[in-house]
Order: sequence, then C-alpha cells, then structure tokens
Amino acid sequence: MTQITATTSASESFGARAMHWLRTINPVYYIALVLLVAVGYLNPVFYTPDPFLAFLARAAPLMILTAGQVFVLVSGGFDLSVGSVVTSTVIISAILANNDPNSTWWVILFLLAGGVLVGLINGAVTTFLKVPSLISTLGMLLVVRGVGLLWSGGAPRGYLPDNLRMFGRSGIEGIFGLRQFPYAVILLVVFAVLYWLLLHRMNYGRQLLALGDNPRASRLSGVNISLVRVSAFVICSVSAAIAGILIGGRGGVSIEAGTGLEMQSIAAAVLGGTMLLGGRGSVPAAMTGALALEVLFTLLNLMGLPKPLRDAVQGLIIIGAVAYTAYSTRKTR
Amino acid sequence: MTALTPSAASPSVIDRARAWARARNIPPVYGILVIIFFVSILADLFFGIDNQLFIFNPTILTNILVRSVALGIVAVGQTFVVLGASIDLSVAYMISVTAVGASYLMAGDPNRVWWTVIVLFVVGAVVGLVNGTIITKLKVNPLIATLGVGLILKGLLNASFANFAGSVPISFQAFAYNAIGPLPISVLVLFAVVIAGWFLLRRTRYGAHLYAVGGSEETARLSGLHTDRILTIAHVICSMTAVLTGLFVVSRLRSGAPWVGTDGLYDLESIAATVIGGTALSGGKGGVWGTLAGVLIFSLLDTMFNQIGIDAYMKQILRGAVIILAVGFYTFRSKAEQG
Repeated sequence: MTQITATTSASESFGARAMHWLRTINPVYYIALVLLVAVGYLNPVFYTPDPFLAFLARAAPLMILTAGQVFVLVSGGFDLSVGSVVTSTVIISAILANNDPNSTWWVILFLLAGGVLVGLINGAVTTFLKVPSLISTLGMLLVVRGVGLLWSGGAPRGYLPDNLRMFGRSGIEGIFGLRQFPYAVILLVVFAVLYWLLLHRMNYGRQLLALGDNPRASRLSGVNISLVRVSAFVICSVSAAIAGILIGGRGGVSIEAGTGLEMQSIAAAVLGGTMLLGGRGSVPAAMTGALALEVLFTLLNLMGLPKPLRDAVQGLIIIGAVAYTAYSTRKTR
Repeated sequence: MTALTPSAASPSVIDRARAWARARNIPPVYGILVIIFFVSILADLFFGIDNQLFIFNPTILTNILVRSVALGIVAVGQTFVVLGASIDLSVAYMISVTAVGASYLMAGDPNRVWWTVIVLFVVGAVVGLVNGTIITKLKVNPLIATLGVGLILKGLLNASFANFAGSVPISFQAFAYNAIGPLPISVLVLFAVVIAGWFLLRRTRYGAHLYAVGGSEETARLSGLHTDRILTIAHVICSMTAVLTGLFVVSRLRSGAPWVGTDGLYDLESIAATVIGGTALSGGKGGVWGTLAGVLIFSLLDTMFNQIGIDAYMKQILRGAVIILAVGFYTFRSKAEQG
C-alpha cells in the first residue's frame, strides 16, 4: 500500500515536474517549433540540408541584427537607427567598392568603423546629453539615412564586387556532402556564440542586465554605466553594419534595403521574451524570435497569401505572441 | 571688473525672460523656437537664394503655419498617449487608411462628404479602442501593440488598394485651400484642435486623471481611478486626430494613396515633436502647447532650408541633428538616468 502510494506520487510529481519544466521554457521556442513543423508539412523539401541552409542564410541578417538589438534593449534603451545603418551600409559599400575586388577588405573595415561611429554617437547622446534613446536613435535614423542618400545622390549606384557579395550569397562548395555551406550561416553561428558568451557568460553581460534593471543601483555598486551603455549601442550598430553587408551581398544595392528592420528586430527580440525598458533578455531566445519571424514569412509565402496580407498576419501574430508571453509570465509569478 | 558688467547684464536679460515665461506657464521649448526663428532670419539674410526675406513675406509666414497643420493635429493626439506613458506607432497607417478611405468613399460626390467623414471617425475610434484594449487588457507593450495594429492596417489597406483611389469633391478641398480673411481654414482647425486639447488636459477632470495615470499608473489605480479606461480614451483621441490629419492630407492631395501616411513619417515625427515640446516619454509631464512649438520648429526649419536652398538629403541630416539637439538642450542637465 505504502509502496504503491510512493510510486504513484513519484510518477505524479514527475509528471508535474515535467509540466512545470515545460512551462519554464520560453514560449518562443514552441512558436518557432510549430511554425517550422507547419513549413515542413507544406513543403517537405524544406528539411533537406541545402534548402534549409539557404533558408538560414536568408534569416541570418535579421537574426544577427536582433541579437545586437538585444544588447540595447536589455540596457533599457531602443535602437531605431539600425534600419538606416543597413541601408547606408549597402549604398555606401557599392559606391566605395565600385566593382574593384581589391577594395573589399578596406571597404569592410570602413563599414565596420562606420557602425562603431554610429553606435558611439547613439550611446554618447543617450548617456551624456541624457536624450531618451527612442529620440536620439530616431534622430540618427534620419541622419544616417541622409548621409547614405546624400553620398549616392538618392539613387543606388556603383557595383559590389563578387568577393564582397560572397558573404551574403555564396558559401564553401562541396563539404559535408552539401552543395554549398553558406558563409552567412558561418557568420550567424560565430555571432550567436560570441553574443551568447558576452551577455550570458561574462561579467559585462551581468553588468548590462543590472544596468537595465536598475541604473542607479548598478552605478552605486561600481558599474561604469556610461561605458557599459555606450558599448551596447556600439555592439548594436556594428551588428547592423554586418547585417547590411549580408543583405547587400544577397539582394544587391537598393535604397530600401533596410526599411522596417528597426521595428522587425525589436519585435523579434520581444517575441523572444526580451523585456522592453531593460533588465531581462536572452540572446538565443531573441535570435529564435527572429528565426520565427523569418519562418513565418516563408510559411505565409508557401500558403500563397498576397504580400500585403502577410503584413497583417505578421501584426496579428506579434500581438498574439507578446500577449501570450505577458499572460504566462503573470501566471507563473 | 566694471568691463565685465555689460556681458554680465545679458544673462540677466535671459534670466528675466525665463522668469517671465515661467510665470505664464510658457514651456521652455518656445525659447528654442524663438532662437531658431532668429537664426533663420540671419541665415536667410546671408545665404538666401532669392532676394526676398521670408520675414517680410506674409505668404511664406502663413505657409509655415499651413505646413504645421498635418503633423500638428496628429501630434496633439500623440501628446495625449505619451502623457499617459503610452505611445502610438499606428498613426501613420491610420492617416493612410483615412486618406484612401475618404477619396474612395466620397468618389468626387459632394453629397457623400458628411457620412464619409462620420464613418472614418468611427473607424478611427475603433482602431484607438483596439489599441487601448490590447495595451490595457492584454498587457502588451504599447510600442509592440501599436506597431502590430499598424501592420494590420497597412496589410489590409495594401491588399485592397495599390494606388490613388477615387477623389474628394472640390468642395471638400476647401478644408486645405480656402481661407477666412487672412487665415487659412486648416490653420484655424489646427488651433481649434490645440485649444481643445489644452482644455481637455488642463480644465477637465479627465485631463487630471490622464496626468495621474501617466505619472504613476499604480498610484492612480490605487486611488480608485479606472486607469484602463482613461488610457484607452487617450488612444481613441489619438487615432481620431490621425483621422483628422488624414482628412487634411487628402483634401490637399485630392486623392489618397496607401503610402501618404508612412511617407510623411507621421508616426516618428509626431513622437519627436511631442518630446521636443517637453512632454516626457515616461508620461505625466508636458502639454499640447509645447507640442505645437515642436511642430512649428520643424516647419520653420523646412522653410529656412528651402529659403537657403539646401539639398533634400542634407535636410534630413539636419532635421535629425535638430531633433537630438533640441531634446538634449534641456535634458543634458537632468540628473535622471536615461535609457
């Protein structure tokens, strides 16, 4: 009798523990899973290696961008300038490189330096002029796009040499029995690991989360909050510049290259459970949020929805997912 | 020491002006407006590309006001939600929906003007209600909620219309082009909206409640206010000002296209004008007169840039820089931790 009770209660508690454990998993992973299964159901070819890697390569820019955005979001700010940084990166790289393969390396260095500069200005204005980041990065949205358009005269010109475009569109041929292993996926993995280490395994990440949670307390406990905050903006803008190189490589030169990416990256991060106004967020979950958005685009495409309606469904899903996350956090508390 | 007296006298003039303005509750942004006004006159004097100074040209001066109408009306609504510590990113799409809806429904027939206007205001109220409900009941962050609603509006609009659709009757264009005496009707409407906003915020119980909700939602709720209802009403007001802006835009263009709202950047610029006007993004502090000054700063700059012939892209750069500097002008001394 006692034995039976013991086993049933043990199994119950196992079941309850399993349920509890499943509930602690960030809902974004379930959302991504459901969407991935749906795409696989509609298009089984999706799960053969080459198409799947091609999909990941297409998702890479938004995922890297979102990971960068997470750093600013957890520090308690926003970065609205990333879309403009992407656009200007694409425009300016084409003008500078102008189809000369020898120029590629210094052009990349120049673009990354540009990213650092934008991040420094965003961070400095927010930290030292005390302008709310929503406004400072909105100002930079206009400034950065203006610089790109002024430089190019408002229309895309110049060409990207193939060895600059390769990051976005090609890969290592014939390894692991694959047709091609995209460079974009390699970069994606490198940045995912790097950003995960930075935010979740290093002192810097802890300081950033503490700053977002309570700036005053973290300053009083000896965190150099100005430095930490400015560096978060720099990480974000550099990520945008890298995303710009990938997007330019993939899609070619366009003045619309980065339109809307600022809101997409924020929505993706929030989908991944990042708390706006700071203090909580995770790089893997946010990147999964970005992945989920990209899978959603693929799914809506497969379902043959006209492009405008895709926007509407995207809006519905973002609201629904965030409402669900808000609901489940309230319940677990 | 005595040589310093003249220069020491000038800050006292500024101090006196500041004290005078403070005694009359004039927001500090009017100081920036006056400075930019004088800088514009100087810039026009030295770099103007035509011989006529804008300060002596009543047409250009009126134009500065007319330029402010579209952004000004929706910025008043944006001020309401920002005061409630919320934000509305869907206004640009609401403006597009109104512009297209008006020209499609009116179809050039003067008899259909009134019911079209009523239908559009009802649509605006419903959108505001949806925004407010998602934010207050589903607890979705306002930035995400209104972005989502904006995407839904954009999707539905683009799925139904690809280009300019229909047109408004000539009689409706009076809103944008006619004048009563020297003052254009549109400018009078702008001032009516600002005064109505001021009255609602400063002279009614609802206004006091909205400030309380923005100041501290928790305290307001514990003091027995229906905070959800108060914030939702602010969102309804905001969407309805977007409808009014949309009506002005379409009466000027004669026909609406799905991109008129987003191309005007009304979402971000209305937020920028509100914050430049001294309304705190964290809510509970500010008002519509400051927002009006923020909008006037934008139009004044646009006019000056035209007068001295600045390239369109350079204009964007300067606009961005002015947004940052104007807000930095009075935030940089604050002790608050910004995020």
